[in-house]
Amino acid sequence: LSAPLAMAGGADDDNMVINGDTDMTTKAAAAAHLDGALDEVISGWHFRSDETQQLQLDDFDNPGMIFVDKAMDTWNAAEGTEGKACADCHDDPADSMAGVRATYPKWNEAAGEVRTLQMQVNDCRVNQMGAEAWKYDAGTAVDMEAMISVQSRGMPMNVAIDGGAADTWAKGKELYYTRTGQLELSCANCHEDNYGNYIRADHLSQGQTNGFPAYRLKNAKLNGVHSRFKGCVRDTRAETYSPGSAEFIALELYVASRGNGLAVEGPSVRN
Amino acid sequence: MRLTIITAALVLAAGMSAAETVLPADVAYGEDGAVEMSLTGKAGDAAEGAIIMSSKGRGNCISCHAVTALNDAPFHGEVGPMLDGIGDVRSEAEIRGIVADAKMTFEESLMPSFYKTTGYIRPGNAYTGKAPTEELAPLLSAQDIEDVVAFLLTLKDS
Ligand code: HEC
Ligand code: HEC
Ligand code: HEC
Repeated sequence: LSAPLAMAGGADDDNMVINGDTDMTTKAAAAAHLDGALDEVISGWHFRSDETQQLQLDDFDNPGMIFVDKAMDTWNAAEGTEGKACADCHDDPADSMAGVRATYPKWNEAAGEVRTLQMQVNDCRVNQMGAEAWKYDAGTAVDMEAMISVQSRGMPMNVAIDGGAADTWAKGKELYYTRTGQLELSCANCHEDNYGNYIRADHLSQGQTNGFPAYRLKNAKLNGVHSRFKGCVRDTRAETYSPGSAEFIALELYVASRGNGLAVEGPSVRN
Repeated sequence: MRLTIITAALVLAAGMSAAETVLPADVAYGEDGAVEMSLTGKAGDAAEGAIIMSSKGRGNCISCHAVTALNDAPFHGEVGPMLDGIGDVRSEAEIRGIVADAKMTFEESLMPSFYKTTGYIRPGNAYTGKAPTEELAPLLSAQDIEDVVAFLLTLKDS
């Protein structure tokens, strides 16, 4: 079956090595909970053009790293009524934040809720610093998320789905398979049933979140997971949920767990 | 008096709600999902059907299907089967049924239901991401469906 003007589909066989030294796991055996759905999980990087892929391989080429540098300044800046900076409590993020991104979203026992990384940072801002919460998926929040992600780059995603997280995870799973909008398409219709296929000019990936925040050439900034979800739901001609909503928190947990085993890539580069 | 009646009939036809137009809720699907009767009673325009199939804002069928005859429009998708030769394989009634509501022919089909207005989960106002402010219109009008059917019937290998 030859599709005119569309290139052949599928994930490519390229290898991702960042800065010439960090080998990245971009394909991995699917977690047990994906039994019957997927055998292998694949980074969205494999579905992008060579030119776009290239930009992610070196931090000097990766336009997302500018925002990481900006977030480093924020990390060191005191704010709020307590006059504290992130650095006052967490010192060097290379030590304190290593491995953190790989486990989020994560159940917080004391709060009795699943927290995304942005929610946790806002908890620190409000309750530790006496500062205002950042708007969900707004520039500052996403930049900080990217800076924290870089400290886990190359580590396998390892999101827990049991214990306190189980209910939220189940809710996320239900959302993933619900066919929304006037086009009646679910996340799974595009990212499970059709990854590797072109839908018009778009080469469908598995819709993994290990690369987030993602620098998109389209809008020249870092984009949060929830904003990506919102765009995908809108494209089904549906009424979307909002970034930071209970629905997107649950969906993020579920989708992140589908990527367990894939290396944390943030900030990735996408078209 | 006569004149008024003629004018009224013209207005109706132009407004696409002529008496013959079958409403989405009233389409008679056969057991296999086929629809025998034209939705408008008016012959489809194949050239217009080709335009509808390639236009992003209308059928956007080529986002999922490759069609050699529509190669002037860029980027055909791979989500659905290639439609070359469909006019040989399927009858007019079968094609009308599939284009109007593919889920009547293929259970759980990925293909959107183009002539339907109810039964959606969180439908939005087109691609705005917002809740609809008025009653939903079908993705394609009855005549659009007939035009697309007419075009697909021209896709013959022999
Ligand atoms: C006054 C101290 C303090 C400040 C200032 C502070 N934090 Fe925290 N942070 C904590 C504590 C305590 C925890 C552990 C909370 C818990 O486990 O519930 C924590 C946890 C975290 C975590 C989760 C780590 C993990 O392993 O799950 C992240 C991420 C984080 N902070 C980021 C930040 C950022 C970014 C800032 C600045 C915007 C910041 N923190 C400012 C005290 C602080
Ligand atoms: C109509 C098809 C369609 C549906 C339905 C859809 N998406 Fe997507 N999604 C895309 C396209 C196209 C892209 C961009 C190319 C790619 O990475 O797949 C994308 C990208 C993504 C990405 C970014 C992947 C990366 O590596 O950069 C994520 C995450 C994602 N989608 C999640 C979802 C979730 C969750 C849902 C359901 C709420 C969903 N998508 C529904 C078409 C869809
Ligand atoms: C989101 C994807 C998608 C879109 C958009 C789409 N289709 Fe389909 N179509 C499919 C799939 C998938 C099938 C295969 C049937 C199945 O398994 O559900 C199909 C089947 C068909 C068939 C039957 C093919 C056969 O071999 O019997 C026809 C005819 C058809 N589509 C026409 C159209 C037309 C006309 C449009 C636009 C008005 C359209 N499609 C839009 C996905 C799509």
